[in-house]
Amino acid sequence: MSAIIELSGISKQFPGVRALDNVEFSVEPGETHALMGENGAGKSTLIKVMTGALQPDGGTIRLAGKEIRPESPGAARAAGIGAVYQEVNLIPTMSVTKNLTLGRLPRKFGLIDWSAARAIAKAKLARLGVDIDVERPVGSYSVAIQQLIAIARALEDDARVLVLDEPTASLDANETERLFEIIRDLKARGLGIVFISHFIDQVYRISDRITVLRNGRRVAVGTVEEIPSLKLVSLMIGRELEHVEHQRPSTETVTSSKPILTAKSVGRRRLLEPFELDLRPGEVVGLAGLLGSGRTETAKLVFGAIRHDSGEIAIDGHPSSSHSPKSSLMAGITFCPEDRKSEGIVPELSVRENIILALQSKRGWLHLLSRKEQERLTAEMIAALNIATPDAEKPVGQLSGGNQQKVLLARSLVSNPRVLILDEPTRGIDVGAHAEIVTLIRQLAAKGMALLVASSELDELLTVSHRIEVMRDRRMVGEISGAEATREKIIQTIAAAS
Amino acid sequence: MSTPTPGTPASPKPAAEQAQPSALKALLRHRLVWPILALVLVLIVDAIISPGFFQIRIVQGRLFGNLIDILYRGMPPAMIALGMAVVISTKGIDLSVGSIIAVTGAVMAWRIHEGDSHYVILLTALCVGLACGLWNGFLVSVLEIQPIIATLILMVSGRGIGLMINLLYGGTNPSFTSPLLQGLSTGNLGLVPTRLVVGAVMIVLVWLLVRRTAFGLFLESVGGNAKSAWLSGVSSRLILLSAYLISGLMTAVAAIILTADTHTSDPVTSGLYSELDAILAVVIGGGSLAGGRIYLDGTIIGVLVIQALTTSILTSGLPPEYNLVVKAVVVLIVLLLQSANTRAAVVSLLARRKG
Amino acid sequence: MSEKYLPLMATIAVFVILFIAGGLLYPNFFSTLVLGNILGDNAFIIIAAIGTTFVIISGGIDLSIGSMIGFVGVVMANLDSAGWHPLASAALMIVFGAGYGTLVGFIIDFCEIQPFIITLAGLFLLRGMCFMINLDAVPIKNPFVLEFSDMGIPLFGGGWLSSSAIVMLVALVVAVIIAHWTEFGSAVYAIGGDAQSAKLMGVPMRKTTLKIYALSGTYSALGGVVYALYTSSGYPLAGSGLELVAIASVVLGGTLLTGGVGFVAGTVFGGMILGLIATLINFNGSLNGAWIMISGGLLLFIFIVMHRFLVGSLKFRAGS
Repeated sequence: MSAIIELSGISKQFPGVRALDNVEFSVEPGETHALMGENGAGKSTLIKVMTGALQPDGGTIRLAGKEIRPESPGAARAAGIGAVYQEVNLIPTMSVTKNLTLGRLPRKFGLIDWSAARAIAKAKLARLGVDIDVERPVGSYSVAIQQLIAIARALEDDARVLVLDEPTASLDANETERLFEIIRDLKARGLGIVFISHFIDQVYRISDRITVLRNGRRVAVGTVEEIPSLKLVSLMIGRELEHVEHQRPSTETVTSSKPILTAKSVGRRRLLEPFELDLRPGEVVGLAGLLGSGRTETAKLVFGAIRHDSGEIAIDGHPSSSHSPKSSLMAGITFCPEDRKSEGIVPELSVRENIILALQSKRGWLHLLSRKEQERLTAEMIAALNIATPDAEKPVGQLSGGNQQKVLLARSLVSNPRVLILDEPTRGIDVGAHAEIVTLIRQLAAKGMALLVASSELDELLTVSHRIEVMRDRRMVGEISGAEATREKIIQTIAAAS
Repeated sequence: MSTPTPGTPASPKPAAEQAQPSALKALLRHRLVWPILALVLVLIVDAIISPGFFQIRIVQGRLFGNLIDILYRGMPPAMIALGMAVVISTKGIDLSVGSIIAVTGAVMAWRIHEGDSHYVILLTALCVGLACGLWNGFLVSVLEIQPIIATLILMVSGRGIGLMINLLYGGTNPSFTSPLLQGLSTGNLGLVPTRLVVGAVMIVLVWLLVRRTAFGLFLESVGGNAKSAWLSGVSSRLILLSAYLISGLMTAVAAIILTADTHTSDPVTSGLYSELDAILAVVIGGGSLAGGRIYLDGTIIGVLVIQALTTSILTSGLPPEYNLVVKAVVVLIVLLLQSANTRAAVVSLLARRKG
Repeated sequence: MSEKYLPLMATIAVFVILFIAGGLLYPNFFSTLVLGNILGDNAFIIIAAIGTTFVIISGGIDLSIGSMIGFVGVVMANLDSAGWHPLASAALMIVFGAGYGTLVGFIIDFCEIQPFIITLAGLFLLRGMCFMINLDAVPIKNPFVLEFSDMGIPLFGGGWLSSSAIVMLVALVVAVIIAHWTEFGSAVYAIGGDAQSAKLMGVPMRKTTLKIYALSGTYSALGGVVYALYTSSGYPLAGSGLELVAIASVVLGGTLLTGGVGFVAGTVFGGMILGLIATLINFNGSLNGAWIMISGGLLLFIFIVMHRFLVGSLKFRAGS
């Protein structure tokens, strides 16, 4: 069968980096082709080349045998290559209709025919089985619906290739399943799908073939049968994956010690039902639950980033009267947010400045850490967490996602906390960094730190947690500890609570 | 996780071969290059047009000369621009500085008319600046209104408030005399004009605050990502509020000097366009309106570029009508040269010419 | 009703309330005469503000409006002295405005300079050019100017819709069509809503940016033409500070300075509210210009706080 899209010999040079080096990539009609690689492997660049957002330095793109040179995402889409990115790229303030028809609004007598536009929007959504009010602004819908709107937009009537970049990153299990159904349906209609995800199990569930990129080169291509997951991971990171122990931490030593932080029926109206939580030194507490179950809210509330309106949070047995990020920090509690971009890093500031920020605000504005001290602490953290940066003065915004996550961890760790709250510490980062962070969490607990880890990845939670609090519908529905913690048990707990 | 790739030898070329162009490149990329180049260029043109430009004489026990004049006239704008740099680093802007000058001047004239002690008036003027800053800061940090709109309110109404104060005791443009205030503004300490000493002290104070305490880091973190700064324990609201307070205070310092200089409160024209000059100075100095960085040195150079231009137009014998146009053109050139795209376009254009 | 119409409704409500209040305070106030005068007297600034509305919806700003109005007047007055017909010089200035705006748009897009800064430089440049041409007011003597101010449509109740007002209403209709029934109009909203997404959605960024500023340049030049005909002179200081009035009109008209949300028609009411306040204060002889500034600022404050909470709730939902 001939490829619907075929990229050959694609190269792209950025200042100082060879982002793509003579890369081959092709998708056949009716095929889902997964594009895999660590952060910085060249996935994004390849997609950008394919969708016209970047012009390659060399190589050709053939669509159904005909050479094309898309100059812009619009041109690529017109040619039949649609793309949907991880961060939903729609205009939240505009109506669904406008979002779906912008760029090819139907006209009558030279002016836009809005009733025709509405009909087109409805038809586009209907193809994906979505029926919503198209006059409301996109921003008023959930992320999952926005994702589907984005797909509807990407698919021209004669679309032949659809690129999905981390489409499931912010979807829960049901929503992911719905998306997969849509993908299967599109496949059946002969579209070629390019699928990018860091959820390896999802890749095997939906893909036919896999291409692996590393350091801008294609290192492997083959069917899912030819590249089993262990091989895939080792191809991606270029070395054998260090075996992350699946051994569960023992619970006996920690339950006896006094809790550092106690939450007594703490909650917030319409956001989180009151819950109880103890964080003890040396113990890792996991927060499990589906997307929207209240994991992030719980983590933020414990940290003080969301104000509670009922119950009491006590630190070392003393009730904390005004619980805020600042007071938490002063009491030795730090927090790494899930949303790196909007809540985590300060992109223009250097690695050094980002790392010392929390420690400095703990010391107060009058007691500036000496430059020497700042540099020493930064160097220590860069070494300890293996942060890949040319130097400490590089703006954090220019680092890869995984390294940004590590900078955030470093910011927390450098202030020497007693309690560390992590929200999705491994989201969107590559496999190698993933293993490193899991190992780090265990080491920190072993040193006597109390950790609260919210994560959507059950395996990760099972690996690190002494105790797992299960959330559902903004309520804590159960606690699973020690030996009884298994994947099935958590899923049962979520399912049983209704 | 940069695993060394065996295929690409990482060994750099002999250092000597690359050192020179890369050093030059690094220099060209330094943020202060273009503003300093602009300043030097303006001064060179001055030197060509009027040969005695750099002469500094001592007349009646005081330094005189064009360079002194540039510093002398540049002092009030420099105060405003430094406050503006602080605000801009938080992703903000303060459009109301001109109006703050009008209000401060009006209050000063009023209190002098009422017979307050002139030291008290000095303090009152600073408090008026702080109060205006507090208002702006309240709107921006507590009500979370976009800075450009929040400060627009005082910008629109401030001059009206100044006029009202003047009308309170009858005058339209009341004039006054105050040996203390005029001494600060137009007097001299030894050879040096007093206002330059005041200016230097204020610059040092701001520098100490920004670079010798963590305030600068907090400003930049709030400007770069306010949510992140807050989650890291930085009191974003307090930082924002203090940025506008500093801007108000620095503007009050400028207002005292300017009002004492003219001996009168003239709310309609005093400090007209001063917000625009201040913003331009910050931007010429490398500051971005998108916030996140504060460059005190660049801002001062920016003020000097603008002031040197004005002074050189006056000394060059060009009619003063040309002042605005020349200023606009030079500012445009500096701005365009700061843009990487323009530089690339110019370079490729030149290369095409040559080849 | 959708939340997005609330600011517009509030604007219209404030206008109606102020107008009724004026009618209750002063017996002669409540008439089509006063209404027609407000329209006519503020037409030039409303025209310019309509152009600015597009810029602000796109998330940008244009500070050179006041200088453009002054510059157009000065050039038209001088061309008049040279024997040009006002319509010919008006056409030339409108073309100039479009060209100037295109250049501004190009610099914003290509050189990546913030609109605030570049239009600020434009403010200085155009005002400086006024001074270079003339330092004094120059009258426009062509009889057409008188004909222009005599033209108009009588309204019921003795009012008069002047030619300035008619030009403004035509400009409004054109702007509403551009904003809501063209692809370009949608692109303006898209860029203002989220420029990054708009780019990925295939909105032609450069073309749209150029057009936005060209439109704003055209409208402010047209405002300048109307002002020159209305005052029958060119004065180099004319229009100083009008960029603020224009921006205030846009904000009072319900457009968010954050971009993405707003209505061209709202701007007309915003401008008329400001004109109404000035008229009210003038009706009371004892009040003065200081009050106009203070009450303008106060009203701006009220509206801004109102937008903050109205749209704050909309944005909050949009962001979650």
